[in-house]
Amino acid sequence: MSASSESISRRNLLASTAILLVTILGRQAYSRTYSGGVLPWEPSGTQPPVPVRPGPWLYFTTDEAATVDAIVDRLIPPDGSGPGGKGAGCAVFIDRQLAGSFGDSRHLYMHPPFANGTPSQGPQSPIVPKERYRTSLAALDEYCKATFAGKSFAALSTAQQDQVLSALEKGEIKLSDGSGKEFFESILQNTMEGFFADPIYGGNRDMIGWRLIGFPGARYDYRDWIERYNETYPLPPVGIMGRADWNTPG
Amino acid sequence: MAKKLPAKDVVIIGLGWTGSILGYEMAKAGLEVVALERGPWRDTATAFPSTYAQDELRYDFHHDLFVQTKQTTLTFRNKADQTALPIRSWASFLPGNGVGGAGVHWGGQTWRFLPTDFRLRSHLKERYGKKFLPQDMTIQDWPVNYDELEAYYDRFEKLCGISGKAGNLRGQIQGGGNPFEGWRSDEYPTPPMKQPYGAMLFADAARKVGHSPFPMPAATLSQAYVNPLGMRLGQCTFCGFCDKFGCGNYAKSSPQTCVLPALMRFPNFSVRTESEVLRINLDGTGKRATSVTYVDTSGEEWEQPGDLILLCAFSFFNVQLMLHSKIGTPYDPQTGQGVVGRNYAYQTVSGVNIIFKDKILNPFIAAGASGMMVDDYNGDNFDHSGLGFVGGGYMGATQTGARPIATRPVPADTAKWGSGWKRATAETYRKALRLTVHGSCYSYRDCFLDLDPTYKDRFDRPLMRMTFDFHDNELKMSDHLTNRLADIARAMNPSEIAVAPRKGPYTVTVYQSTHNTGGTAMGTDPTTSVVNRYCQSWDVSNVFIPGGASVFPQNHGYNPTDTVGALAFWTADAIMTKYLKSPGPLVQS
Repeated sequence: MSASSESISRRNLLASTAILLVTILGRQAYSRTYSGGVLPWEPSGTQPPVPVRPGPWLYFTTDEAATVDAIVDRLIPPDGSGPGGKGAGCAVFIDRQLAGSFGDSRHLYMHPPFANGTPSQGPQSPIVPKERYRTSLAALDEYCKATFAGKSFAALSTAQQDQVLSALEKGEIKLSDGSGKEFFESILQNTMEGFFADPIYGGNRDMIGWRLIGFPGARYDYRDWIERYNETYPLPPVGIMGRADWNTPG
Repeated sequence: MAKKLPAKDVVIIGLGWTGSILGYEMAKAGLEVVALERGPWRDTATAFPSTYAQDELRYDFHHDLFVQTKQTTLTFRNKADQTALPIRSWASFLPGNGVGGAGVHWGGQTWRFLPTDFRLRSHLKERYGKKFLPQDMTIQDWPVNYDELEAYYDRFEKLCGISGKAGNLRGQIQGGGNPFEGWRSDEYPTPPMKQPYGAMLFADAARKVGHSPFPMPAATLSQAYVNPLGMRLGQCTFCGFCDKFGCGNYAKSSPQTCVLPALMRFPNFSVRTESEVLRINLDGTGKRATSVTYVDTSGEEWEQPGDLILLCAFSFFNVQLMLHSKIGTPYDPQTGQGVVGRNYAYQTVSGVNIIFKDKILNPFIAAGASGMMVDDYNGDNFDHSGLGFVGGGYMGATQTGARPIATRPVPADTAKWGSGWKRATAETYRKALRLTVHGSCYSYRDCFLDLDPTYKDRFDRPLMRMTFDFHDNELKMSDHLTNRLADIARAMNPSEIAVAPRKGPYTVTVYQSTHNTGGTAMGTDPTTSVVNRYCQSWDVSNVFIPGGASVFPQNHGYNPTDTVGALAFWTADAIMTKYLKSPGPLVQS
């Protein structure tokens, strides 16, 4: 929803006080009153996802995108069962996530001080995901070029890529930005999100992830199947936007 | 300077389950009622329609229905000698936000506490002797008993249309129900749900081992239902997006499906959303609340005067508002004196994961409250002599779906990525099942809530600070019960089994449950409770905390919502029949 339609749809708290506010502050009261007698109904009272469209990278540079495409395709490799992380659009998913509210932790409590706590207290880093990706991807290429005769991560053989990822996972490589294992865990988590989230977010292309495991997606009604025990559910997956073969070409 | 608004008879803080129920009862009696709600208006058709409610990333991972930690959070530490740090992203528990509160995204598992739970300390002392309990365990009897609450449980269950099978009708044990439950004056309003394959396999094995399995009491309804307020609920479709999600199908009992449309008919009721209460204001004597100060999203402060203030926020936010409003004496863990923040408790959840070689479970076909259960090891349903712990829990096949970002079981020796992981995930997904122990968590002297000395919210108020860890009693209980669950799991003949009792220390990084209890305990003694048996503040008699889980003196082996709803009706009745006739303390301290 655009900012202007949002402010138009906001209602005044009380007519008199709202006039006061508009007069004094030049803006409306940002509280809404729903008075009894009418059941309120508001279109777009929440923020539905905006479908990801194909197109240029929104956050990654071309080099970063090449590295991420290479990483996600090792985390989830293409094989006889179908495409891997790259073919599923996991890098596109991560790019759009980093460009959005996830990337700058805008919904999270980010007040200092940032102290190192115990593992049970949870992450305490002031570094938001988009910064972490930027510095760690650069540091990863730096590491690869120093270790593999000037080759970037994307230029390594798949065996070498697996070797680097495995060492990152075990905490055996400390990247120059101070990360390593943490970055690996972040990108593994985000890759899995991309592979298994609704295709509306740019990953799980053609519902590759869901078809791999037999998850029917955003189906709404299994009442006819609840007592069909030990039988494979027969229908293909659907997403929030339906399925490709429901849509008319053009 | 806050702008003063015209006075109301009743000011409700938070419009979730308890706020909706109290709002309805007060408005029906003709009182002028206003509710102040921190989050937005939410209704089924626009906020979580079935066309896009099934979005795992948005709701489970990006927390779209929950309070954003940017709005407010807590700080946390395991022990009082550590420095508490903010929970920057939720995981262990998920407080709700907006109209409906956590009642929007709960799973719908709707249990009564046992009759012995309500007189826990007395009962354990009578059965096992004075020295049986750990020294630092601060459990206490509830100030109400099961017999008194039964009619109110019944009322809440009829409001919701709960699906289930009675195990004890007026003292007569019924086949197919929970034989351990307290007596019920009536059957469940709707029949039990149909069950997924995994739940039926569990039930067969439990019978083989000698238990009496029964269907989970469910607020995910087995059939269409019209409640006493005339609200029409639909039939659950087992879509598998329930707990952590809103129900687009009008099939899960919530304030939206059970109360709000009826409540909004009253012209003497209104709700102001996006209005965060900062504090309850007291008069010069400190014994009477005069108004509530809240702030809208532009930062403007408003003062809403009212005769009766009902604190209906989520559990620890009730505690926080009592502390910010300086109502009641804050708890001091050094001396054990004081009451606000005392007896914070949680839930001790653990599990057994199994994988079958050749059974197709279709685990994504489930509801938030589908499943078959066993209650032999709850509360004091079994002899604790020689076991070295008290408490217990129910156990069973509680899997509420298999949304694939979160739920992708693989055999134990599988890598977390790569081709081996991919093959194992594809092979295992439809053949794996999670079984759960839902265990009690008793209260201790060193588990409490207070205000953080360092971290502030966006209004510069100290955040709530949680000091909590699991004690040996709970860990031993979890070990014992999880192994009893494993006995049943083995009788299901899985090809692989992973037994995972709860281990310490408690961590806020792993989801367990949003069953945060205590901090404004109800009781008979003002030196060990914040509110009396009618959920009325001992200190300020026109402030009530009508049934939020913050009034629990400890947490038992069941989900809290049924007891929360029952206490809401219990408090509403006390206000209508006692308080309004003669405003003042309903119990003399």
